[in-house]
Amino acid sequence: MLEVRGLQARYGAIEALRGIDLDVKAGEIVTLIGANGAGKSTLLMTLCGQPRASGGSVRFEGREITRLPTFEIMRLGIAQSPEGRRVFPRMTVLENLKLGAIVADPAHYAADLDRVLTLFPRLAERRDQRGGTLSGGEQQMLAIGRALMSRPRLLLLDEPSLGLAPLLVKQIFATVREINENEGVTVFLVEQNAFHALRLAHRGYVMVNGRITLSGPGSELLANPEVRSAYLEGA
Amino acid sequence: MEYFLQQAINGLTLGAVYGLIAIGYTMVYGIIGMINFAHGEVYMIGSFIAVILLALLGAWGFPPSLAILLIVLLAAIPFTSAFGWAIERVAYRPLRGSFRLAPLISAIGMSIFLQNLVQFLQGARNKPVPTALPGGFTLMEAASGFTVQVRWLQIVVVAMTVILMVGLTLLIQRTSFGRAQRACEQDMKMAMLLGIDVNATIARTFVLGAALAGIAGVMVAYYYNVVHFYDGFLAGLKAFTAAVLGGIGSVPGAMLGGLLIGLIEALWSAYFSIEYKDVAVFSVLVLVLIFRPTGILGRPEIEKV
Repeated sequence: MLEVRGLQARYGAIEALRGIDLDVKAGEIVTLIGANGAGKSTLLMTLCGQPRASGGSVRFEGREITRLPTFEIMRLGIAQSPEGRRVFPRMTVLENLKLGAIVADPAHYAADLDRVLTLFPRLAERRDQRGGTLSGGEQQMLAIGRALMSRPRLLLLDEPSLGLAPLLVKQIFATVREINENEGVTVFLVEQNAFHALRLAHRGYVMVNGRITLSGPGSELLANPEVRSAYLEGA
Repeated sequence: MEYFLQQAINGLTLGAVYGLIAIGYTMVYGIIGMINFAHGEVYMIGSFIAVILLALLGAWGFPPSLAILLIVLLAAIPFTSAFGWAIERVAYRPLRGSFRLAPLISAIGMSIFLQNLVQFLQGARNKPVPTALPGGFTLMEAASGFTVQVRWLQIVVVAMTVILMVGLTLLIQRTSFGRAQRACEQDMKMAMLLGIDVNATIARTFVLGAALAGIAGVMVAYYYNVVHFYDGFLAGLKAFTAAVLGGIGSVPGAMLGGLLIGLIEALWSAYFSIEYKDVAVFSVLVLVLIFRPTGILGRPEIEKV
């Protein structure tokens, strides 16, 4: 579904991605783990054309999307819940969700809204509250819910567990699995919380300094001594 | 008291016009964080389109009337909208992402270009505008014999402004264009990530502001019965002052600021000195910038956590 070949990106003089190769197949949950600053979020954003890749290629469902403007990429069936959640602070929960559906067929709107509010009942309670007044966990739910409103075939999630209470992390990961299993949404998940992410994912990649250093099935990476010492200490 | 009432009515009319222009400044600022210094020219062009259309309609044998006024208003909208679109396309979009001063300078260049274009095509002298809607009614008469007059045209200006404000509010609050526009204001990158065509949204914002400024221009042409190619400069600066006073970025603020500036100008002219009315208005700008830079309804810039 997603084929990334030799992808490079830079911020000014800094090389953030130094030739990334990875694949996400339809129906999979694939996770990308790595330390802070390894370039994980940059990779997710580069897939969406922000910043534009300085080299390499990205194909989505066989189509070359490397040079497309961001909004056109997002209209192909990709949605992202980005780093920092980026909920619109001065719009209500409902407005945020409506914006998520802006590229979707309006005929699906009622059903999609219903689905998201069922997945996250908390959002239903807060529907008329402004995004900026939500708690971190609620904003995370809103960011994921907003991404789902466009009925994506590929969902890009950037650190959905960041700053959340352990119970909430469990809940959000359970929701991700649910979306994947029940609705067939392919998920590409970036996480620092390697333990949970690798247990959830079918396959995983490890990123260090803008390069992929390891890849394999989630359970295999979980057992890998290098991964254990670098990312799972104390977990 | 009667005198004050009369001046307040005049000030309110003028203020409605400033408010309509100010909305264009504030919306563009809201979305790209820059002042469109060519915006006053769009208003001036609206006035000239009114003159040209009126002359054409007159030549075809339609005498000025309320119906003609409304037809000219509607007909001017596509023209001024096209100018708004072109300003964005020529002076702003190619410079998006360059240093902040660049689009400002190109907008000033655009402003001078448009002034000169109109001067070239229409001449440098004042152009008279036939009275479209003469008459009015007497609101009250004082014992001293002073009468408070309301012109029909003043009612048209205020009513039209109210209608446009209600329409604009609904557009911004209820439609998907309005949501997309607010999304771009709050987080442009996220808007892109949701599939919103940010360039198109910015262009539409310019067009919307230009349409309102054009309507203001048409109404002012009727109201003052004279137009000049340099009219956009001062009116634009005053509307900009109104936008800052109301809180730049806030649409209700722009309207409120417009009304206040109109009232200040009218009352200052009435009670102090008509020669210094512009000084009064721009003193307000200075005072607001010093003591309350966010304006009346503006939102202080809070850094994101």
